[in-house]
Amino acid sequence: MSDLSENILPAAPKRTLGQRFTWLVDHFKREWQIYVMLLPVIIWFVVFLYKPMYGLQVAFKDYSIFRGVAGSPWIGFEHFQTLIYSDQFGRALKNTFMISMLSLCFGFPVPIFLALMFNEITHHVFKRTAQTIVYLPHFISTVIIAGIVITAFSPSAGIVNMVLGWFGMEPIYFLIKPEWFRPIFIGSGIWQEAGFSSIVFLAAIAGVNPSLYESAVIDGASRWQMMWKITLPSILPTIIIMLIIRIGNLLEVGFELIILLYQPATFATADVINTFIYRQGIQGAQYDLAAAAGLFNAVIAFILVMTANTIARRYSNTSLW
Amino acid sequence: MANMNLYSRGDKVFVRLNMVLITVFALLTLYPFIYIAAVSFSNGSAAAAGTVFWRPIGLTISAYDYVISEPLFWSSYKNTFIYTFGGTFVSMLIIVPGAYALSKQQLLGRRYFNLFVAFTMWFNAGLIPFFLNMRDLGLMDSYFGLIIAFACNAFNIILLRNFFEAIPKSFEEAARMDGANEFQVLWKVYLPLSKPALATIILFCMVARWNGFFWAMVLLKDEQKIPVQVYLRQVIATLSDDEEFGQSLLNQGYSVETVTAAIMVCSIIPVLIFYPFIQKYFNKGIMLGGVKE
Repeated sequence: MSDLSENILPAAPKRTLGQRFTWLVDHFKREWQIYVMLLPVIIWFVVFLYKPMYGLQVAFKDYSIFRGVAGSPWIGFEHFQTLIYSDQFGRALKNTFMISMLSLCFGFPVPIFLALMFNEITHHVFKRTAQTIVYLPHFISTVIIAGIVITAFSPSAGIVNMVLGWFGMEPIYFLIKPEWFRPIFIGSGIWQEAGFSSIVFLAAIAGVNPSLYESAVIDGASRWQMMWKITLPSILPTIIIMLIIRIGNLLEVGFELIILLYQPATFATADVINTFIYRQGIQGAQYDLAAAAGLFNAVIAFILVMTANTIARRYSNTSLW
Repeated sequence: MANMNLYSRGDKVFVRLNMVLITVFALLTLYPFIYIAAVSFSNGSAAAAGTVFWRPIGLTISAYDYVISEPLFWSSYKNTFIYTFGGTFVSMLIIVPGAYALSKQQLLGRRYFNLFVAFTMWFNAGLIPFFLNMRDLGLMDSYFGLIIAFACNAFNIILLRNFFEAIPKSFEEAARMDGANEFQVLWKVYLPLSKPALATIILFCMVARWNGFFWAMVLLKDEQKIPVQVYLRQVIATLSDDEEFGQSLLNQGYSVETVTAAIMVCSIIPVLIFYPFIQKYFNKGIMLGGVKE
């Protein structure tokens, strides 16, 4: 087989139906193995991702467990109307956007600064050690993060109240105070992910043309100037792409951590769409209503992701997928 | 950068300041771990009173004694290993051949198959239809159900497919001349050339499995099948709600805080052991994924 024939697609032959059929039979005889390899993926996607999409119809149905997804009667948009008029869903929607926007504002710049700072460190052992430490929390389970938060912010046993005590302050029961939920949640998110997220920016910095720095040094630029005038502008495309991805995933707040940390007392600021779905659907068995909330969520997420991808494609040649 | 000796005095101050800031950040990152470890080795009443700062107060291993005497701790720990290694193995069985097939130009309808996979990254049916589907399939409360239901995802397939596509065709020609079939080409040519990509995906799968708790909590009712993360959640929930039980713990030299801290330490240890091995793949892996997140 020559290189040339390898690179040419199996030409869709414009022949008669009979010839086409023999060509197909021939093709499958020769290439059946790759179809066998593909089969498990296709089955898996159909069973675990596409079949639930078919099951989304419960959002428009009066679902009963006994009748099943297909047998339950249609009721149209009733669940969506219920959701729109429900205070809880409105609150969840507002909280989702608030938490995402706040973590975007406070969380997004941190890894960029970390990467810029790491880049200035020339001491190898120091750099490696520090990187090893700051990447670590990424690999820790949400339950552990929640456990640490609960222990550290406990009113009687926690380190945070102990430190407040040094300054003569009364202990605060942080986890039942709605005004403290978001700072704690966003702070623990930054603690867990900022280090690991800096890898992308470090990789972008590694790709900056070294001759830029060389000529800057000849011109007498300081490290500080080079950081702001060369490194930061050079990684701007990466920063913008990452920002677009974040905006595309705006609805994806870490609801697992919220489930572990929130309490009825903090629902006012903590309850997001996915925790609402979990409570109504899985805990409360109101599957149809919760599925409607999920569909609402999925449609907005789809629009956001698509918009983000279109913008990214227009902005740079690298599409997101 | 190579121009180290060209640093001016201002640069040196700048670099020092940087090191100080990084050190502060690293210590802040590390501190919660130290704190939890210190609590776990502390005397129960000291921990409950909130006097532990960075070192154990009244050094004792009684919390660990309590934890290792709990049969549920051991069974959940074992289960976590089953889900992590079994799950990753099943994932690779599905993802690797699939990604290989999708990378092949001769695959008819390749465009549509790729779209079929990629679409699930943009649109997801959500928690409830997935949950109902699991129930309809009879996969609740089973090891197999939890393993198979999270075996695959579009991101990993696309990541590996892109890597396979970048391997020059000339590599497989010799094998094909010798009459190798697709499976042999994949096994003998592609896999050895794809170690960084495979390591990355194995890493992603294992981390997700080790840390996963939400679906394990939702799908598993049988206590004997829960992973350690779900067990930990149960312990935190029951210990902090049941004051009487908390008091009885205190009388035995440990407390709610020391016991939960001890379980957390036990659950972090395997991660710490594996961590140095996986760390070298971070940079490569993230670059493979590029911005395709």
